[in-house]
Amino acid sequence: MLLLALDTATPAITVAVHDGTDVIASSSQVDARRHGELLLPAVDRVFAEAGLKLDAVTGIVVGIGPGPYTGLRVGLMTADTFGLALGVPVHGLCTLDGLAYASDIDGPFVVATDARRKEVYWARYADSRTRLTGPAVDRPADIAEQVAGLPAVGAGALLYPDTFPNAHEPQHVSAAALAALAAEKLAAGEELPAPRPLYLRRPDAQVPKNYKVVTPK
Amino acid sequence: MADEPLVLGIETSCDETGVGIVRGTTLLADAVASSVDEHARFGGVVPEVASRAHLEAMVPTVDRALKEAGVSAKDLDGIAVTAGPGLAGALLVGVSAAKAYAYALGKPLYGVNHLASHICVDQLEHGALPEPTMALLVSGGHSSLLLSTDITSDVRPMGSTIDDAAGEAFDKIARVLNLGFPGGPVIDRYAREGDPEAIAFPRGLTGPRDPLYDFSFSGLKTAVARWIEAKRAAGEEVPVRDVAASFQEAVVDVLTRKAVRACKDQGVDHLMIGGGVAANSRLRVLAQERCEAAGIRLRVPRPKLCTDNGAMVAALGAEMVTRGRPASSWDLSADSSLPVTDPHVPAPTHDHVHEVSGENLYS
Ligand SMILES: [Zn+2]
Repeated sequence: MLLLALDTATPAITVAVHDGTDVIASSSQVDARRHGELLLPAVDRVFAEAGLKLDAVTGIVVGIGPGPYTGLRVGLMTADTFGLALGVPVHGLCTLDGLAYASDIDGPFVVATDARRKEVYWARYADSRTRLTGPAVDRPADIAEQVAGLPAVGAGALLYPDTFPNAHEPQHVSAAALAALAAEKLAAGEELPAPRPLYLRRPDAQVPKNYKVVTPK
Repeated sequence: MADEPLVLGIETSCDETGVGIVRGTTLLADAVASSVDEHARFGGVVPEVASRAHLEAMVPTVDRALKEAGVSAKDLDGIAVTAGPGLAGALLVGVSAAKAYAYALGKPLYGVNHLASHICVDQLEHGALPEPTMALLVSGGHSSLLLSTDITSDVRPMGSTIDDAAGEAFDKIARVLNLGFPGGPVIDRYAREGDPEAIAFPRGLTGPRDPLYDFSFSGLKTAVARWIEAKRAAGEEVPVRDVAASFQEAVVDVLTRKAVRACKDQGVDHLMIGGGVAANSRLRVLAQERCEAAGIRLRVPRPKLCTDNGAMVAALGAEMVTRGRPASSWDLSADSSLPVTDPHVPAPTHDHVHEVSGENLYS
């Protein structure tokens, strides 16, 4: 097994190569505005570091969000196209699951990322491998009761200490964790989600009212 | 000819997911998936709706284009993609796909200009572009008069709209007339049964002191809307066919008059017309008449090549390969306001990315 994992659903541009047992090489950068520019060079770097070529991969794993749309699509489109060109399967994984896996917390906890517009993408976990609810998008104040007393990880949790007083690292998802989680699930014969985006919001679009009258009154 | 470059082009600057394949100046495939129906109820293109649709449509459209062309991806000589101008989020989907495809196949990537592509597509229809060529590009997003002596390196803006694009005016008037979206085809259809001289609508920027090659359609749009509202206020029926014909005549009169004038002034004897509005039947007829009268050869591609498509991007990409232009680097960005004067986005001269990813990765 040789997996390429990538995630651009959050401000992190993160890439990893995993051989089924270990992460061979990885790269993580945080730049909310340059997913499109940074992802391919990162893939190139990671393969160079691994001493491998892209065509050696047996599968692609991509974070499907939730995340602000523009960046999210960069990873999904890249993964889809790699899959097309190489003829290998493309698997999706919830980005929050990657963060949960990396948190290594045993008991119940919450993962929250920044959804902008004063909202968070969030999900509740029983342990680092088991999601209980979500993902959903909400205002932190509106979910305060549901997350009260729980430890929390992710940039969304760190951003709103009133709602998440027990917030801590990791702040960003890493493709290394995503790849390790996928390798574990695939080895166990689990089916991974399709690589389709979790937008969780409808597109912003107003149906125009009747056209504007231009005759001066 | 087998030694001409085989190039796949990807276009996602607006609401069409286009994937085209060309060999030199020969069109092999032109696959387009449009999200126009999803925008219709909004009365215009909604960027986020377009971006979502591009992501869904891309892989199936690439597949379809390869099948249509009957070629194998590994035989491609390059991947071209619209790097701009256009809707930022929409462009980014295409650029991401093109980069990943080029990288995975080990092919050079060419980020090209959407406007230059609209001009270059005519090579697929009428053979090599004459040099120089004057180009009138008219669509819902652009109205420009461009002069090119070499489509891969020299595109000069002569004039452009100072307010609305011509296609936008069609959309707005169609909305005032309750004819739906997009407005171009439906206005064209009604206009065929109307009298273009029934109503004298204004011709923007045609006064003696006005800029020679710039356009303005905002005043015309307002005048037409006012005329219709006055009719309605008076309780009279609006003569939709005559309004459509007279409005359309005002638009194409100015477009063709200024384009022919630019050709004469610059001593250019070829005019090409591209963009979605180039599908307008009256524009094609009037341009033909006026060009003939002025001794100018008119080149207008078939309507499907005038609207946004991947073949036009492939056509310009193939020309980049033919003329040995440098490829783009892996950090190519989508540039929503890419200047028309940049026909492509070559890698910086010291391109470490390509040095790393060349021989050692695909040897
Ligand atoms: Zn266009």
